[in-house]
This record gives sequence, C-alpha cells and structure tokens, in this order.
Amino acid sequence: MAGADDIVRFDNVGLRYGTGTEVLGDLSFTLHAGRFYFLTGASGAGKTSLLKLLYLAQRPSRGAIRMFGTDVIMLPRERLPALRRRLGVVFQDFRLVPHLSAFDNVALPLRLSGVSEDELRQPVADMLDWVGLGARSDARPATLSGGEQQRVAIARAVIARPELLVADEPTGNVDPEMALKLLRLFESLNRLGTTVVVATHDVTLLRKVPDSLIMRLDGGRLSDPTGALRYPPRREAATVRA
Amino acid sequence: MRLPLSRDAAIGSQRTAQVLPAASLGGPMPWVIAIMVALTVLTAGGAISLANFASEARSGLEGGVTVQVVEANASAREAQARRAAEALATAPGVAKVRRVPQAEVESLVEPWLGEAANSEVVALPALIEVRLTGDADKAALSRLRGSLAKSAPSARIDAQADWLGPVFGVITALRWLALVLIGLLTLASAAAVWLAARNALDVNRATIEIVHHLGAGDAQIARLFERSVLLDAALGGAIGLLLGGGALALLGGRFAALQAGVVERGALSALDWLLVALVPVIMAGVALYTARRTVLARLGRML
Repeated sequence: MAGADDIVRFDNVGLRYGTGTEVLGDLSFTLHAGRFYFLTGASGAGKTSLLKLLYLAQRPSRGAIRMFGTDVIMLPRERLPALRRRLGVVFQDFRLVPHLSAFDNVALPLRLSGVSEDELRQPVADMLDWVGLGARSDARPATLSGGEQQRVAIARAVIARPELLVADEPTGNVDPEMALKLLRLFESLNRLGTTVVVATHDVTLLRKVPDSLIMRLDGGRLSDPTGALRYPPRREAATVRA
Repeated sequence: MRLPLSRDAAIGSQRTAQVLPAASLGGPMPWVIAIMVALTVLTAGGAISLANFASEARSGLEGGVTVQVVEANASAREAQARRAAEALATAPGVAKVRRVPQAEVESLVEPWLGEAANSEVVALPALIEVRLTGDADKAALSRLRGSLAKSAPSARIDAQADWLGPVFGVITALRWLALVLIGLLTLASAAAVWLAARNALDVNRATIEIVHHLGAGDAQIARLFERSVLLDAALGGAIGLLLGGGALALLGGRFAALQAGVVERGALSALDWLLVALVPVIMAGVALYTARRTVLARLGRML
C-alpha cells in the first residue's frame, strides 16, 4: 500500500537488456518525498541502470513502478513527458546541447515548461552565478572544461525545482571544494521539498549529508549495509520490503 | 518559482526553436523543393492551358455542321450549292447558314496547293457552314441529309466536332498524363522531405534525446522540424514558382506571338494563374505533413 508521501515505489523490479542476464533484480523499495538518498555500489553494480528507470529512460523487464502515484509501466508514452518535467536529471556524460550556450542549456527546462523569457532570465542568471559560471553564460559547451560542463548540467537539472532530482556521479569532474558546494545546492533543494537521489563512488560525500539514506547496489540487488533502509530512524522514510 | 507541468507552448517560441541547429534539414532541400515546384507549375500550367483550349474549341464547334458540295463540274457545283443553301435556310433546327465564299475556300487550301488552288485545275468543293439550334448529333445530320438529297445530291454533311474528335482524345490523354506527372512530382517531393527528415533526425539524435528526457513531447519536437521544413518549403516554393511561372509566361508569350486563334484559346486566365500559384502552397503542406509523420514515427520508437 503506497503512502501519501511515497514519491517512487518499486515492486520486484527486474531489468535485462535484450536477451542478456538481468542487470537489476528483485528491487523493491520506496522513496519518500523530501528525502536525500545516496546510491552507491561498485562499477557495474547497476547504478546507472537503476537511475535510467528512475528518470524514465527505460522500462523494467518485470515488476511494477509507481512514480508520483502513477503506474509508469501502464502509462501511455504520450503522458510520459508531463511526468519527466517533474524530474531533474544530471547525466554522467552531462548531455548538454552542443550548439546552445550555457545560459540556453540551463534555460531549456523552463522554456519546455512554458516559462516566458522575462520570467526565466533572472533565475537562470542567478543559477549560473551560483555554480560559478555567471561570466561564462554565453559559452558553448565545447569551450567549457569538464567541471564547468558538469556544473551547467547540474544547473539545468535543478533550475525548474524538480520534485525528484536524479544525479549520476554529479561531482565526478569537479574539485572537492566545488563538490561540496554542489552538494550544498542539492541539500538546499532537498530542504525545499525535492527528493534527491545521488549516485556516487565517493564515500566521503555520504558523511557530508547527515540525514541522507544509503542505497547500496551489489550485483544488481539492493543491499542495506547500515540497516537504515530496513529499520529507518524516525525521520528516515525509505523502506525496503524485500 | 513554481512551474506549470503540462504547458508546452514555449517549444514553438523563437528561442526554443534554436534547440535544433539552423538548416537542420540540410542544404539542398530548398533547391529540391524549388525544382519540384517549378516542374509542377509547368505541368499544371500546361494541363490548365490544354483544358482551356479543349473547352473553348468544343464550345466553338458545338452545333456546327459543314456541308461540302463535291462536284467536278463548276456550274453544277455552284447550282447545287445555291439550292443546298436555300434548302438549309428553311430546314427545321437550323439557326444560321453561311455560304463560304470561294475566295476564302481557295485561301484555306492555298498553303497546301499553292497557285493550283486558284485555278480550275483542281475542283475545290463548295462549302456551307451551318449552325444548328441543338447538338449536331446523328439524328440531326440524318435530317439534313434527307432535306438535301434531292436539291444537292453531291453534298457531304459532317459535324465539325467530328473532325477534332481525335484531337480532343489526345488533349484528354495529355491532361491525364499531366495529372499523373503532378502526382509523381508530389510523391517525389514527399520522398525527398522524408529522406531529409530522417537524415536530420539521425544528425540531431543526441539533441533530440536530451530534449526528450527533459520532458519535451513528440509534438513539440516535431514542431521544431516543421519550422525548418516550412522555411525550406517557403524558400524553395518561391524560387520554384518564379522559375516555373516565368517559363510558363514566356511560353505563353511565344504562343501568343503565333497569332493563331486556336492556340490563343489555351491562354491562362487570372484565375488559372491563381491556381498555379497554389502549387508551392500545396507542396509546402505536403512537405510539412511528410516531415511531421516521419518525425513522429521515429519518436514513437523512443520511450
């Protein structure tokens, strides 16, 4: 039975690509609104595959997924865009539009949502300032460093204040100081009500968000090394039912 | 700032249209459309001109009958022709009778017979033009033959439309051919747009995936391509109309210079030119529809 604050619910979800073996199996968990989750695991554990399911780039091979109270397995594809606009995604490879400036890349989600140019100009400029790229708002991605591109990608993911933010190694290409700053940005967003899921290899990050929950993937299965997911402290809300 | 979740108007805005690089359908597209439009304009103009000619000629010949008195003896021919004209003038169903002067008959055949047309060496028939009140059908011709049987036994009676029957057949065939050509040109244009749209989708695949993941709907993405197609079609259509229309006007001028009444009947009216001018508009519509269907079909394969 889904709770009122369940934002994502997986039931016995499995994923295989083509006729290969399952890369994810028997995933059953719930993400609660307004919580901060770290998704960890070794390379090849299935983190990116799980994130793809979360940002609706992939349908599972089996099981059921509900997001924002909607069954996404049965949802007609023409209704997926409206659901995607409630998400913010930071891709591991940034995926910036190459011929658009940093400003236009960050403004894209707002424009897709129908925000007028007058309304979006200031928030986009503020966001670029915040990630330290105010002076480079006209720069094309090809002229930005890897770290700068990553910051543009993060700014684009959070500019529309998504209900669920999914970030794949969002601090992988930035220095520790900027990594911490970006983490603070995610925390700020989280305090405003956004549920955050950050996939990372960097275990030092985990300690820097005190109220975060850890989801550990191992061989395509979700494990719960700290027990916090199965036996969450009162404030923690993620649960694993399998 | 709280965002609306289902509005998608902005994708069509000037700024968002830049999501795809300019000229995303590829350079030669306007020229392909221009060539197709020019050929279609020429074909359509030719078809309309033939239709005009056929219509004018048919109405001119309706109810027209020619009586030829074929008699070697000049005095007997003249006497029979006179009696035939008198009989026809009082025959029922006849609206008008005109005896074609011999000089006019001679000038008609002079291009083929030369000086012989004016001599007594060649016995030219006497001609009488008759206009009936109704159609020159078999019954009417039979009645006329009956009324001339005694007064002009050497008279031959033919409906004027019969002479041009084979010509009308050719014109009808040519009009059908023009229609088929227009259909083929339209199909070829649609195929060119289809190929260009597929190519553009491949080239812009990464960008489309990004926009798709950010929440753009299929119709929004298709609209980005439509904008590009519309620009290409407008440019190509304008060039094609200028080329095709110019050629049509030039040909029309050349035919008019012939000062042959038959040819002038095929001239295009203002309404005809308006129809011809619709060709690029229709072609743009076909291009838009094709691009939209192509893009939507491809996007339908993405989640």
